Amino acid sequence: MAHAKNHDYHILNPSIWPFLGALGAFAMLFGAVLWMHDVTPWLFWGGLVAVLYVMFAWWSEVVTESHVGDHTPVVRIGLRYGFILFIMSEVMFFSAWFWSFFKHVMYPMEEYVGTEYVAPYIYPVNAMELPLINTLILLLSGCAVTWAHHALVHGGNRKDIINGLAIGIALGVLFTAFQAYEYYHLLHEGWAFGEDEFYSNFFMATGFHGFHVIIGTIFLTVCLFRAMAGHFTAERHIGFEAAAWYWHFVDVVWLFLFFAVYLWGI
Amino acid sequence: MADAAIHGHEHEDNRDFFTRWFMSTNHKDIGILYLIVSAFVGFISVAFTVYMRMELMDPGVQYMCMEGARLTAAASVAECTPNGHLWNVLITGHGILMMFFVVIPALFGGFGNYFMPLQIGAPDMAFPRMNNLSFWMYVAGTTLAVCSVLAPGGNGQAGSGVGWVLYPPLSTTEGGFSMDLAIFAVHVSGASSILGAINMITTFLNMRAPGMTLFKVPLFSWSIFVTSWLILLSLPVLAGAITMLLMDRNFGFTFFDPAGGGDPVLYQHILWFFGHPEVYIIILPGFGIISHVIATFARKPVFGYLPMVWALIAIGVLGFIVWAHHMYTVGMSLNQQAYFMLATMVIAVPTGVKIFSWIATMWGGSVEFKTPMLWAFGFLFLFTVGGVTGIVLSQAAVDRYYHDTYYVVAHFHYVMSLGAVFCIFAGVYFYFPKMTGKMYPEWAGKVHFWTMFIGANITFFPQHFLGRQGMPRRYIDYPAEFAYWNEWSSYGAFLSFASFIFFFGVIAWSLLRGAEAKQANPWNEYADTLEWTLPSPPPEHTFEILPKQEDWDHERAH
Repeated sequence: MAHAKNHDYHILNPSIWPFLGALGAFAMLFGAVLWMHDVTPWLFWGGLVAVLYVMFAWWSEVVTESHVGDHTPVVRIGLRYGFILFIMSEVMFFSAWFWSFFKHVMYPMEEYVGTEYVAPYIYPVNAMELPLINTLILLLSGCAVTWAHHALVHGGNRKDIINGLAIGIALGVLFTAFQAYEYYHLLHEGWAFGEDEFYSNFFMATGFHGFHVIIGTIFLTVCLFRAMAGHFTAERHIGFEAAAWYWHFVDVVWLFLFFAVYLWGI
Repeated sequence: MADAAIHGHEHEDNRDFFTRWFMSTNHKDIGILYLIVSAFVGFISVAFTVYMRMELMDPGVQYMCMEGARLTAAASVAECTPNGHLWNVLITGHGILMMFFVVIPALFGGFGNYFMPLQIGAPDMAFPRMNNLSFWMYVAGTTLAVCSVLAPGGNGQAGSGVGWVLYPPLSTTEGGFSMDLAIFAVHVSGASSILGAINMITTFLNMRAPGMTLFKVPLFSWSIFVTSWLILLSLPVLAGAITMLLMDRNFGFTFFDPAGGGDPVLYQHILWFFGHPEVYIIILPGFGIISHVIATFARKPVFGYLPMVWALIAIGVLGFIVWAHHMYTVGMSLNQQAYFMLATMVIAVPTGVKIFSWIATMWGGSVEFKTPMLWAFGFLFLFTVGGVTGIVLSQAAVDRYYHDTYYVVAHFHYVMSLGAVFCIFAGVYFYFPKMTGKMYPEWAGKVHFWTMFIGANITFFPQHFLGRQGMPRRYIDYPAEFAYWNEWSSYGAFLSFASFIFFFGVIAWSLLRGAEAKQANPWNEYADTLEWTLPSPPPEHTFEILPKQEDWDHERAH
């Protein structure tokens, strides 16, 4: 910075990450097109690696800035606003899958005048078995994260924070494993990946959610390492807060998926 | 007028070129970058239309031939087999570029970035680095879009000819790389806009100058704030819709394929749930600019500040609940049509509040027809024409006949090509001395305005007649009965294009040879928002000492 600032906002130095990140995203998506048309998968992977590297480097820098005191109270408020808004945009993203799902459940194509479409036989899933267990697993992991959050806010017992996060992460991994098992089982029982609107909606909605669970698990894991390194204090833990909010968001989406897709839809 | 010296001091700018323009974390530089790139993309997109108007000038196909695209008319039918695919690619490219890569980046990205933080007295955006990510993702998206036009596509030719709305089944069956590139282009530009919206909302809520309560914020900043909400809540839904297209295309999903129980009309609903807010995303920042221009050159504070803010909010909210008026003809129930018709007409109320408030601002004012004011005047007239034809089209019964005719083309070009683009030009001329410290020759600005105003009206007004005669949109050719007004329309397009090129000349000349305009405020005391207290051009860092309330709170505005 050229000269002293007289306010609490965060003025940043020039950074190469945005440019490299956009370059990586371009390579990744151009590569995805090439891959989908069977040219080569490598541009996609190269772009993906670049994007992941930029994310790592960028966010490491954010953590460093937090340590040198750039995150004043007003900047912390801004970071919270930013993350809440990001979650709102994610909610709207999910609303597209739910829109498609509800449309097809409420106005199925076979009821349309003149249609020749016949819905395929769909191997039934008992929502009260593995899906219910998964629901409980995810809710429990939300509780564990809340436990860690409370420990952090009220006095900061490091052991409770770490235990809560570790349990939350373990349950998150378990959820993903069960979901993978269920996908495997269903595809084995005759479900198709695509081919019918039912499968399309099911795999799109639950798959996109599963992807978010994985992101959330990684986010919590980063917080676990940061908690072990003593990064968080009772007053200053935006990273943790964001991860916890994200995790609860993923929880709530799952509840909607459970009640709509599993209980009603199948 | 506050003393500019307290807000920022001149100092040596020692950033090298790459650091300044590629690694920027400076909202003013990023705003400039947005404006430059969107002008460049705008030129490409307008060039497409000139070629299309050449083709439409006379019945028959003379330029877009299977034997090769020509720049001179083919002498006989034998020389030219019509190439409908090329035509479709051009309309698609024009639409996608204009909707996603020209108008939003210029108004929201360019002026929003540059002036919203200045107007609220913020030293920069809330997330300056993410701001730059928004810009470079916009460039990445633009590149993907241009690649899409050139890549192998449908009909064994380059590009996709599916229309900017990307309706299935056309978009799910179009072969080649092109369509997938277009989908990813929209994904990336959407992500860029969402990040930008998060940034703008946070800046607006968290970084206003001390004492600047929400209802003391200047109208342009308010318009950016409302626009940000529309982007934040509508673009992810579009991302969902085009992701479904991508899955249908490449992974055998059947969201929109009736053979697999899917429904192509579902895509239209989801697309327009985004698409209607999108048109307000395009025009709202323009409303903001026009408010400041009119207040300045009528030498009166804007009439009805509070209703103006609430009208912006009302338009934003209503924009989300009217989407199906774009699809009256798909077979919705009468109740649905009646609802969407009524809701659509309601939007005329807050829009009317704005138009009448602008007129009331000028009423009894001391109106001065400087170039920005001319553009604002042009905007008022043209946007009102477009708004009135919009009310006509909102009638489901009337729309049966106008749907997909040139009447619709005329309508949305009056609100967008003439409405939003006139706002951009008003903003460019209004803020040019602020951004560059140079002044354009007033006569040149006026020549640009009058040629554009006349040219655009000659282009689009006859298209109302063509639509009423029943000429459908998106066709390369037409019967001889439509020839007369098509010829006029093409002359208008050529005049507008000449005017556009003249504009680039004006800007280049003014940058290189323009008169110095270093004073903080080249206009008058009614340009009273904070950006006019800064030196022109503003220093690298502004408001390092936050502005005091007396710098911006002029009471009379309320």
